[in-house]
Amino acid sequence: MTDNSVSEPTVEDQKRRRFLTGITAGFGAVGGAIAVTPFALSMMPSERAKNAGAPVQYDYSKIQPGAMVKVEWRGKPVVLLNRTEEMMLGLEEIESNLADPTSLVSVQPPYAQNDARADVSKPEMLVMLGVCTHLGCSPVEKLAIGPDPEMGDDSQGGFFCPCHGSKFDLSGRVYLNVPATSNMEIPPYQYEGDIITIGKDTERVA
Amino acid sequence: MAIHRHDNHKSANAFMEWVDRRLPVTKVWNEHLAEYYAAKNFNFWYYFGSLSLLILVIQILTGIFLTMHYKPDAALAFASVEYIMRDVPYGWLVRYLHSTGASAFFVVVYLHMFRGLIYGSHREPRELVWLIGCVIFVALMAEAFMGYLLPWGNMSYWGAQVIISLFDVIPYFGPLLTEWIRGDFVISDATLNRFFAFHVIMLPLILVALVFLHLVALHQVGSNNPDGIDIFEHVDENGKPLDGVAFHPYYTVKDIVGVCGFLIIYLGVVFFAPEFGGIFLEKDNFAPANPLQTPPDIVPLWYFTPYYSILRANTFNFFWIDAKVWGVVFMALSLIVFFLLPWLDRSPVKSIRYRSQPFKIALVIFLAAFFLLGWLGMNPVTPTNTLLAQIGTVAYFGFFFLMPWFTSIGKTKPVPDRVTGDEH
Repeated sequence: MTDNSVSEPTVEDQKRRRFLTGITAGFGAVGGAIAVTPFALSMMPSERAKNAGAPVQYDYSKIQPGAMVKVEWRGKPVVLLNRTEEMMLGLEEIESNLADPTSLVSVQPPYAQNDARADVSKPEMLVMLGVCTHLGCSPVEKLAIGPDPEMGDDSQGGFFCPCHGSKFDLSGRVYLNVPATSNMEIPPYQYEGDIITIGKDTERVA
Repeated sequence: MAIHRHDNHKSANAFMEWVDRRLPVTKVWNEHLAEYYAAKNFNFWYYFGSLSLLILVIQILTGIFLTMHYKPDAALAFASVEYIMRDVPYGWLVRYLHSTGASAFFVVVYLHMFRGLIYGSHREPRELVWLIGCVIFVALMAEAFMGYLLPWGNMSYWGAQVIISLFDVIPYFGPLLTEWIRGDFVISDATLNRFFAFHVIMLPLILVALVFLHLVALHQVGSNNPDGIDIFEHVDENGKPLDGVAFHPYYTVKDIVGVCGFLIIYLGVVFFAPEFGGIFLEKDNFAPANPLQTPPDIVPLWYFTPYYSILRANTFNFFWIDAKVWGVVFMALSLIVFFLLPWLDRSPVKSIRYRSQPFKIALVIFLAAFFLLGWLGMNPVTPTNTLLAQIGTVAYFGFFFLMPWFTSIGKTKPVPDRVTGDEH
């Protein structure tokens, strides 16, 4: 004969049961989190993607004053603009319309934190990531000085983002009251003869 | 002959009995179709629920056939879509059914949501039906957004660039999160490949599961009706509502009429205007993705434009927080407010037929704002357009946040005891 009757659990038993259930569920949750981790991390940039960020070189002597080219670095457009004297003078005129004229909150190497936002050895050459700091579109160049439907009547030339209407001057400095709030980024770069290397400034000649 | 047929009938019964003991086919059929009672006065607006289900099926089927030829590889994707269009037999048809289906899905879902709004289908006891529906809407937006990257056109590329960059504004985690979503430092092959996985596996599974829950929740509480009244307050001796008719055959047959009407319009677009003047398939997407060149007029697809306008409307830094962050917050909020609707609406009546004047005026203003924002989202930014977008944004949010006020003022009409409508 077996006794099949089950006695009512005591309060002590119920406490133990709740504790064991809690511990089991807790360990289950920890195990679940550990199991999810490799899947979540598998979505991070791969080693191949990380290695694709090598510097690029370009012969900048081909760029005439007033002309602009775009070079691809790390999948992003880099603007190389050889600014004329008139363009350089315009930079000062509009300073009161800018959100961050001295590039305090903007990203640039220390040697480019000036009005021209360029290496002092070649201040007229703007080397800039052509990526809007609002939502990452590539702003369109508006190099002509004078009235422009998008840049305004007193435009000194600049860049206009077609996505959300942010405006930048010819140093990539952002205007006031537009969606973007910081200047376009200046990448690290260095000159060697006629060659500019973008993405590397370890052998800079100051 | 008669005996023979009787035997057949008998054996069919025996077969169903055998099945029903093992799988509740007859029980489910009766509970959800043959003995599911809905108000007898459903009108035109009630087509759009079954039509969205039809489009879900069309999208899944055409999607399966597209994946047989499409290559989710940044080097091959654009060409594989052109290959489908030019070389695959009837590939053009399958692709246009799918691309037009995406727009048709949003047309039908927007009309379905509007039906819920005007007849009070979001109100007690259908709050969960509405909430699950809102989740379906967000999942559908994600599904459409990821699908739009797959052709790897220039608009695909830059549209994804803008939308993924939205996550950048999240303090501290933003940049890491965007890298995690893209799987790279820019939109790249890794991004395309994973969006393909989400678009063809993850989100369709989620959508089907959510649609199932949406219907289970609906059948738990019963369908609303254009009068916004409870038909189960008047039942016959068998508990069948006096103003109700069985979903099958009455509404299955009615919905077939809706399906015919829908197919005429949908296939008309598929055959005669699949690009729909650059609205369903944008001009810039006929050029391959170019990471160095943003299209001059970047616009999202039409169904995202109202929220896109709200995103770029804000140019003010409130409370020392960047205008850019606020734009993203407002855009997120413009979707979150839909979830709050059941609790913002305080009107004593459900249906627009008996609502007060202030509600009707607010609804018209909201619709005007919604269409204005939608139109602005397709047009370039100018100072005038920005001002209009700001006005539209204020009106949009005003509709939701003033709702507790304007639904509790004004005189509502008396609600009838039984559903209204002509006897047929």
